[in-house]
Amino acid sequence: MRKTPQRLVVYIFLILASIMIFIPIVILLFGSVKTTGQMYSHPYSIPNPPYWGNLVQILRTPSFWNMLKNSLIVMMATTIGTVCVCSLVAFVFARLQFRGKNFFSNLFTVGLMFPINVAILPVYFVLRQIEQIGIPMIDTLWGVILVQIAFQLSGNIMILKGFFTAVPSELQDAAYMDGCSNFDFFWRIMLPLVKPSLTAVGSLVMIASWNDLLVPLVILNSNHLWTLPLGTMQFQGQYGQDLALISAFVALSAIPTIVFYFFAEKQIISGLTAGAVKG
Amino acid sequence: MQLSQFVHDKHHVQKEGKKDRRFQNRLVIILFLLPALVLFLLFVIYPIFRSVYYSMYDWKGFGPAVDYVGLGNYKKIFGDEVFIKSIKNVLLIIILSLGLQLPMALILAVLVGRDLPGRSFFRTVFFLPYVLSEVNTGIMWMLLYNADPERGFFNAILVSLGLQPVAWLADMNVVIYAVFITLTWKYFGFHMLLYLTGLQNIPREIEEAARIDGANAFQNFFHITLPLLGSTIKTSVYMSVLGSIQQFVLIWIMTRGGPVNASETMATYMYRFGFVRFQLGYGAAVAIIMFLICMIFSLFYQALTRKPDYLSGL
Repeated sequence: MRKTPQRLVVYIFLILASIMIFIPIVILLFGSVKTTGQMYSHPYSIPNPPYWGNLVQILRTPSFWNMLKNSLIVMMATTIGTVCVCSLVAFVFARLQFRGKNFFSNLFTVGLMFPINVAILPVYFVLRQIEQIGIPMIDTLWGVILVQIAFQLSGNIMILKGFFTAVPSELQDAAYMDGCSNFDFFWRIMLPLVKPSLTAVGSLVMIASWNDLLVPLVILNSNHLWTLPLGTMQFQGQYGQDLALISAFVALSAIPTIVFYFFAEKQIISGLTAGAVKG
Repeated sequence: MQLSQFVHDKHHVQKEGKKDRRFQNRLVIILFLLPALVLFLLFVIYPIFRSVYYSMYDWKGFGPAVDYVGLGNYKKIFGDEVFIKSIKNVLLIIILSLGLQLPMALILAVLVGRDLPGRSFFRTVFFLPYVLSEVNTGIMWMLLYNADPERGFFNAILVSLGLQPVAWLADMNVVIYAVFITLTWKYFGFHMLLYLTGLQNIPREIEEAARIDGANAFQNFFHITLPLLGSTIKTSVYMSVLGSIQQFVLIWIMTRGGPVNASETMATYMYRFGFVRFQLGYGAAVAIIMFLICMIFSLFYQALTRKPDYLSGL
């Protein structure tokens, strides 16, 4: 009973904070269904009546679908690549003994101190160098994917290593007793057990790749290869004055993320907290 | 004779099998490490050395680097007011994050606590901005910060309260704070999530015992909750500082580091010299400086915060 007024204050506080979170998103969504004129005369009111023209216009542009396609390709390839490559390494670090293990495991932590925002120019040098020996990297989706995977390694190896270590070692002993090889143990026993962790890591990588601007910005030149964030940035540069059209474009590129978040919230959160709390 | 021959053979076969197994296992280790190692060495480690090399040249990106300048680029960088400004901005963002953003996240996490009805709703809401892209976040906030009170939400509120409108992103003295508000909106949910998880790991009994012993809510928070959250706070501070050092996309979208370099950070500075002005040697030196800052901070921080034993169980 004594708790009720206290609770009320807590709720008022939390609801105010939630409103602050929603304001930018709601104003954007409202703006996406306004005419340019409405956007200027009533920028933050409820659109009445809603105007779907801008959304329809963008959805009718082939280049929007092309960006969506590029983003999807990059996201899927980066995610699959990262999850596969990282789980192999995490398994080796968590479960096998060999000479040089400490060295390699420390080597990968260098990546945590050299995040992509710092590394982008150095990486660009190397991409140009690879290009010079005849392997196309700049202005290809492959270049974007490989760089994204490379900079996802350190963090995700750490997260997955935690999950692999948590599997009880009795299981490993029993498996080896029964004649399992390292590969069998990884493939038949470990992978099925850590599947939820793999989806957690996968959904984190999906978001990071989908939202990434910097790597595509530096690597891609041709319009037909642009990903959504890159296209959004260019679109804003081009139509900066037409706030309603910009809002519609941003809304369309943000909605997939929001929908994905509502479906995969549990996985995203478990991946993040595992990484951070263990780190 | 026959029997011993048989035993010998069997022994032999087993040994062969073991050798085979050992070879196979070693092969697994090599093959499993190989793809990650190749990618990592090629795209993460090698670029560091490549940059160190280029950072000693005055190189515009055409042809091989020939104008050797030694540490000239580094001297120029530390003599450049704009770079000093960018370091100050990064420090300001760090101080504001640690002084305002993280405490706010902690307070909200404690308020939501362990068993407030609606807990998961609030968690979902506060974490939502974290999953939105920085590009979209930046553009959304530019709409809000529009200097014209007829169009920008914040100025409309100020005007309706009878105050003067503020040119948020165009005012040299305001812009970095405006950017910080956006950063807070986007990232505090992440820190709150960490604290929520940390709180959940604190045994309920400890707080209850303290309460029975007569500790009030504040004492409980400062003497029980806060110390037991130690390792979570340590992680969140680390991530916040490292995140602030490399802040790029939001600022690039919202201000391009302007007006007149007022919101420049080290990363926007590097991008400008590397990819806009194509002074690649100079940009490489900036990258190396940033890498060293990140590394020195990481090593010092880890050494400083090695936690005392009585906290390590949590």
